[in-house]
Amino acid sequence: MSTDDGSCPIEVHDLTVAYHHRPVLWDMDALFPDGKLIAIVGPNGAGKSTLLKAIMGLVPLASGFVKIRGNTGKAARTAIAYVPQRGSVDWDFPTTALDVVLMGRYGHLPLFARPRKRDRDIARQCLEQVGMSEFANRQISQLSGGQQQRVFLARALAQQARIYLMDEPFQGVDAATETAIVDLLRTLREQGSTVVVVHHDLQTVREYFDWVMLVNLRQIAFGPVEAVFTHENLQAAYGGRLQLLTDVGEQMRQREWRARHE
Amino acid sequence: MSDLPPWLAFFTFTSVNVVFVTAGCMLIGITGGTLGSFAYLRKRSLLGDALAHAALPGVCVAFLLTGTKDPLVILLGSVAACWLGAITIDAITAYTRVKEDSALGMVLSVYFGVGVLLLTYIQQSGNPNQAGLDAFLFGEAASMVQRDVWTLAGAGGLACFCVVLAYKELKLLAFDPDFAHSLGFNRRLLEVFLSTLIVIAVAIGLQAVGVVLMAAMLVTPAAAARYWTDRLGVMLLLAAGIGAASGFMGAYASYLAPRMPTGPWMVLAASALFFLSMVLSPRAGIVPRLYRHLRQRRRTAEENVLRTLYLLDERRHRPDGHFSLGEVIEHRPMPLGTLRRVLLRLERNGRVRASSVGLFTLTESGRARGERLTRLHRLWELYLTSKLDIAPDHVHDDAEEIEHILTPELEERLLAALNHPETDPHARVIPGLRSRSEEP
Amino acid sequence: MSETIWIILIGSLVASSCALVGCFLILRRLAMLSDAISHAVLPGIVLAFLISGGVGLLPALLGAGVFGVLTVVATDLMQRYGRVQSDAAIGVVFTVFFALGVVLISALSGQVHLDAEHVLFGEILYAPFNTWTVLGMDIPRAAIIMGGVTVLNIAFVILCYKQLKVCAFDPQLAASIGISVVFWHYALMAAVSMTTVASFESVGVVIVVAMLIVPANTAYMLTDRLGWMLILAVIAGILSTVGGYALAALLDGSIAGAMATVSGVLFALAALFSPTHGVLIRRRRALRLEPSDPNIGQAGP
Repeated sequence: MSTDDGSCPIEVHDLTVAYHHRPVLWDMDALFPDGKLIAIVGPNGAGKSTLLKAIMGLVPLASGFVKIRGNTGKAARTAIAYVPQRGSVDWDFPTTALDVVLMGRYGHLPLFARPRKRDRDIARQCLEQVGMSEFANRQISQLSGGQQQRVFLARALAQQARIYLMDEPFQGVDAATETAIVDLLRTLREQGSTVVVVHHDLQTVREYFDWVMLVNLRQIAFGPVEAVFTHENLQAAYGGRLQLLTDVGEQMRQREWRARHE
Repeated sequence: MSDLPPWLAFFTFTSVNVVFVTAGCMLIGITGGTLGSFAYLRKRSLLGDALAHAALPGVCVAFLLTGTKDPLVILLGSVAACWLGAITIDAITAYTRVKEDSALGMVLSVYFGVGVLLLTYIQQSGNPNQAGLDAFLFGEAASMVQRDVWTLAGAGGLACFCVVLAYKELKLLAFDPDFAHSLGFNRRLLEVFLSTLIVIAVAIGLQAVGVVLMAAMLVTPAAAARYWTDRLGVMLLLAAGIGAASGFMGAYASYLAPRMPTGPWMVLAASALFFLSMVLSPRAGIVPRLYRHLRQRRRTAEENVLRTLYLLDERRHRPDGHFSLGEVIEHRPMPLGTLRRVLLRLERNGRVRASSVGLFTLTESGRARGERLTRLHRLWELYLTSKLDIAPDHVHDDAEEIEHILTPELEERLLAALNHPETDPHARVIPGLRSRSEEP
Repeated sequence: MSETIWIILIGSLVASSCALVGCFLILRRLAMLSDAISHAVLPGIVLAFLISGGVGLLPALLGAGVFGVLTVVATDLMQRYGRVQSDAAIGVVFTVFFALGVVLISALSGQVHLDAEHVLFGEILYAPFNTWTVLGMDIPRAAIIMGGVTVLNIAFVILCYKQLKVCAFDPQLAASIGISVVFWHYALMAAVSMTTVASFESVGVVIVVAMLIVPANTAYMLTDRLGWMLILAVIAGILSTVGGYALAALLDGSIAGAMATVSGVLFALAALFSPTHGVLIRRRRALRLEPSDPNIGQAGP
């Protein structure tokens, strides 16, 4: 499961992340297990997306570190495929679904090289896996929300990473797409990949996931679903008695507090 | 007819020409600052730039149609072309997938190109260098006559009057257009209205300061004003003021150097005011921010040393200990020079006292401070471990930061949340709980 | 070769090199930054004239290039440390530089025989007469320089296609697969600066902006594939040049102005009639409620 000899896919230690001087994640420790489907749940603004971004190195850390298979640094992050929330892309960009998936291969190509036939084949396969083959040549703004989501999943697959981070992949998709995505995640798990998903729907946690992490500005619990997904922990996560923490954070923001690492 | 040197003679305002030029430039600055504020808030600062370039074909067509170079005709031509340009920009962004920055750039360059073409056609010269575009490019502020000033005053006054009239609608449009729409305001109409006002400002100012520099009047004073306030009304007044000051300084500089056009000096003046604002304004200026940061660092360093002295006392189980610098550094590593400086400051503030050679001790107020900081530190550690289940070995670093931030009010809430505890996670006593110590 | 051919060739080279980098410029929403660069280079040119003591081309290019890069850097710094919003930063920076340039020109009008209009409009009409001797032939230097720039831009776009594309489309993905968004931003802006500066001798600084962004937007309206967009932009640029020459000949007016005009007309045509994204086509589709559009009846992106 989780060990310290570097085979642990993601290790987070004493992680604190601040946004505009206000901490949104406090002192988090976690060893993510290999080959499992892991959900991260918590109320809005709990810092779940921030956790993914911190693991990806997209936001600076106020304290602590993140290790990917025992390594830190940019090279380590290429072992992860990250699927952010849908809003962050220019939908009018002249690119088709296949093009988007092909971009997932760019990390494997040297500086001036063009994608080769092999890359194109992989891209097509990934589109197939998410059921979007017939849309390969559609410009992305012509796709529905669920279809766009699937294309971005296909892109993550094309990266051929063994660790996947997904930010609310089920948000706003229709039932058919949701089933398709769940099947895909299970296939990935069968292949031995680790999949970490920020999930918004508590009803489906038990059904879809092996492990779950409850987050509300800090980690409340992390472990197998049967052990951790309890009424008590959910109360702690969604109970909302963290006004003090929020207000302290607000003080830091107002005073433009710079932590020791900055 | 005075014997004063030029730099003083300006202020006698005896020359009518001087008065007109100065007044005209100030009016342009006021109008530009006011309307530019709205453009700035709508993130369309460069609209003035685009429209100013777009005016050129209007001037040419007006000439072609009427055969005269009457200023009023030229003005009408400018307004018409600017307005057409504004509509084109809106149409492109609303009806095509082209993005706003491209729409601005296309209108700017294509309209200007059409203008250059027409101008050379009129001059029948194929070569635009002979087309006498100087006036359009750089303006002719120096040749302003009374009539020009009245035109400027009239149009500028009209624009400002409209702003006052439609103030709350324009305010909504600037900050939250969707909300304005949901309240029933016709958003398109408002946008057109605002664009029209900007068109008028641009067309008028063009005559005096030229193309690029009119664009500046719509950007720079507003951007400068933004640094000083968060309130729209104040921002408008400040922007108008900065615009007026730029106009005045521009006219003055141009008076001193008669061969130079006024426009660029206005822009340089406005830009200087902008840079001053960016660097010095108390709210968001670079220097004040830096200063606040440094002051915060100093205060933190002082508080850390106080706390260390308190802890050293605590360890010996008696107060009034005298400690050397070495002992302090052993407990809390820091450069010797830094420690000396901090102790000097603490001495000046009456928090520590230097006893015999090289030894320091806490004063009453210093002790109270140290006690408070330690209390806050341990309370916070307790909060993190007991309420948030954070591992005990992670909480020290956090508390080292937070102890400097907790206000008395937050302290009260902390105590209440923890149910007035006695010891921290490491089984140390939380000091000073019984007595509600006042802030020294 | 006749002057007409040279002029059209030079104009086409200008349009092509501009169109190639212009496509990425508009996709990254930096169109107005190119306008800013084109105005802000003025003091660089004046200073170059002053320092080199003459009307040499190379110093002017160098001076302009320096100020081009300065503009990008200054805008960036102001946004980051001065907390200025991007459009205002651009506006403040380029107007200051331009004002400085005008002041310098006026102040030094005795020493610097420089017409501001010369800088602003270029003189493609005279380009064929300004030649360098290469391999025994007299070739207009504008053709040589623009030819070189075009080749460089083609190489840049082809070799660095993936990086430019992914940085424009999804900077987050770029960062997560190890591509430095900052580096490629400056690489692109360096190419734009170089192209702008090389072109201004022919068409002047304002029309260069037209050549950078209008054909690119025309292509943007016509296709959904980036590769095709680049090709179509070049074609639109060349058509603008040819059409512009004809129009200018007809009216006996400025060629650069005519080029910009024709490019605008082409854009308008594409915007209205494009089979994929044209305004008229979309109107017709909406009226007919064509079922092929999956976004009807569903929340869009």
